[in-house]
Amino acid sequence: MKILVCISHVPDTTARIEFSADKKEFVSSGVTYILNPYDEIALSKAVDLAAASGGNVTIIHVGEAAAEATMRKALAIGANDAVRVNAAARDSNFVAHQIADYVKKNPVDMILCGRESSDHNGSSVPAMISALLDIPCILFAKSLVIEGANAILENEIQGGKEIISTPMPFVAGASEGMAEWKIPNMRGIMSARTKPLQVIEPIEVAQLSKVKEYDKPIPRSAVKLIPVEEAGKLFEMLRSEKKVI
Amino acid sequence: MSVLVYIENVEGKFKKSAFEVLSFGAAIASHMKLPLVALSIGDVDESELNKAGKYGASKILNVSDDKLKSVNVQPYTSVVSQAAKAEAAKVIVMSASFSGKAIAPRVAIKLNAGLGENVIDLPEMSSGFVVKKGAYSGKAYAFVEILSDVKVISMMPNSYKVVENETAVTVVPFTASLDANDLRLVVKETIRSSDKVSLPDAEIVVSAGRGMKGPENWGMIEELAQILGAATACSKPVSDAGWRPHSEHVSQTGIAISPNLYLAIGISGAIQHLAGVSSSKVIVVLNKDPEAPFFKAADYGIVGDAFEVLPKLIEAAKAFKASQN
Ligand SMILES: Cc1cc2nc3c(=O)[nH]c(=O)nc-3n(C[C@H](O)[C@H](O)[C@H](O)COP(=O)(O)OP(=O)(O)OC[C@H]3O[C@@H](n4cnc5c(N)ncnc54)[C@H](O)[C@@H]3O)c2cc1C
Ligand SMILES: Nc1ncnc2c1ncn2[C@@H]1O[C@H](COP(=O)(O)O)[C@@H](O)[C@H]1O
Repeated sequence: MKILVCISHVPDTTARIEFSADKKEFVSSGVTYILNPYDEIALSKAVDLAAASGGNVTIIHVGEAAAEATMRKALAIGANDAVRVNAAARDSNFVAHQIADYVKKNPVDMILCGRESSDHNGSSVPAMISALLDIPCILFAKSLVIEGANAILENEIQGGKEIISTPMPFVAGASEGMAEWKIPNMRGIMSARTKPLQVIEPIEVAQLSKVKEYDKPIPRSAVKLIPVEEAGKLFEMLRSEKKVI
Repeated sequence: MSVLVYIENVEGKFKKSAFEVLSFGAAIASHMKLPLVALSIGDVDESELNKAGKYGASKILNVSDDKLKSVNVQPYTSVVSQAAKAEAAKVIVMSASFSGKAIAPRVAIKLNAGLGENVIDLPEMSSGFVVKKGAYSGKAYAFVEILSDVKVISMMPNSYKVVENETAVTVVPFTASLDANDLRLVVKETIRSSDKVSLPDAEIVVSAGRGMKGPENWGMIEELAQILGAATACSKPVSDAGWRPHSEHVSQTGIAISPNLYLAIGISGAIQHLAGVSSSKVIVVLNKDPEAPFFKAADYGIVGDAFEVLPKLIEAAKAFKASQN
């Protein structure tokens, strides 16, 4: 079984977010980058599935060379090989076209993504890849098992979940619960250094959107403390001062 | 030309998010001086469809097909794309619900349109078309210009007020052609906990963390939520420990929410937790530790023991609700 896992390289969850003075660029200096947490779940699942069926896990990342450290970490967790599309990830449309193009040339049985990247928060790349390849997409997959020629997935929906059966290939976005996070062991870390990491050039894609500016939320004003004896007044306050209840 | 909104139903009923999308679409349509067309897919009866007529649409396309009874991303994408073409839609809007998040990017690809996903405000349309969305997990906003002629938008639930705007509306059947490829994926079973308020749509969320000590103490959380008509949520360690289902886990690696009111009980306010809840309009924190980081992100704070304060809050909420009726 051939599995492709799409990896994004994102600021650490505790990183302070700063932008350039003109607000157009994210300032990455001093920021630690990590493998997007949901992608780590997707990767852990892929490694388990491949181990069970003697398959192969390839990771793909669209981005600049700085991400190679994150890609090596993914190799240490257990991916077999890696592909980097050598271009800044301009937007989700650009990323999805690069990955779909790679898959057209190198078919796989399934494409696993994270349900959302923690920087763009789009949940768009997986669905776009599936549309470009005209294959099913299960965006909020909480579990995945193989049953013969099909995959059975639990997908989160409004107010509940649905059980889905899909033939391969398909795209899934991994949610919490799909797999246990794997911690790379020493052997994994050693072997990751020599696993193949191929760099390919991007295809051209029309630009349909562009970030004009970033901004930060206005900090909240100081907290209003309510003494325990007066806790019961909370709801009256929420009504009269904030009108949220 | 038109503005097209896809309005999602849950088991034949429109939820608030459908009316938000209609109101949002109506504001864009009025700015662009275009008619607003709504699209409903699934099994929705006449009286329910008429409800959607109260928010400014001049036409409702009704797609009722046995094959489309449950939301299935592939064929739904085909239907929305075909309707957009039939109505020469310039802007296509839908809710960033679980299924909307999967459908919108696919529609954008099919129509070669730019996508503005998880949008939290009306687009700026005076020069160009710029949407506002969250970025860096609640720590920032991005203003994204959509450069294409046709634009697809998914809007975050709870980010736009429902505005009534009664116009003459006609319901017309619409048929889309689906091929076998569209129907490869099969929804075998749909499981909904119908008695509960769904978390992403909830206006009020009562959320609790490890400070509650164990699953046996969640009765108070559920009772408070029930009185307030709120959804329940929890921090990550709570769902990791199996005290609560994963579907309640909010924030960075759970669901990002932006309710009008977020009540956090026994949650420390770690940065990963704040990431997904900080866009809530009002935050109330109950924690016994005055140094808990959450107080810095809160509008109201109660420093106290949850086991002592919660019963008081439950009584007060009951009295408050009773005084409102
Ligand atoms: C990559 C990554 C992603 C993460 N994603 C998420 C996420 O999406 N969501 C999330 O929530 N966390 C996430 N976390 C975990 C996060 O860092 C915190 O560990 C977590 O939010 C803490 O949960 P908590 O506040 O319930 O527990 P604790 O940190 O243990 O806090 C418990 C709080 O309860 C208070 N308390 C104790 N007893 C009482 C009492 N009797 N009455 C009142 N208050 C009391 C304490 O003072 C304390 O502040 C993530 C972590 C990482 C590394
Ligand atoms: N630059 C990228 N390269 C490879 N995969 C990506 C990239 N950006 C996003 N993805 C994948 O798409 C998922 C959703 O990302 P997003 O659409 O940005 O929320 C991520 O969890 C990754 O699996």
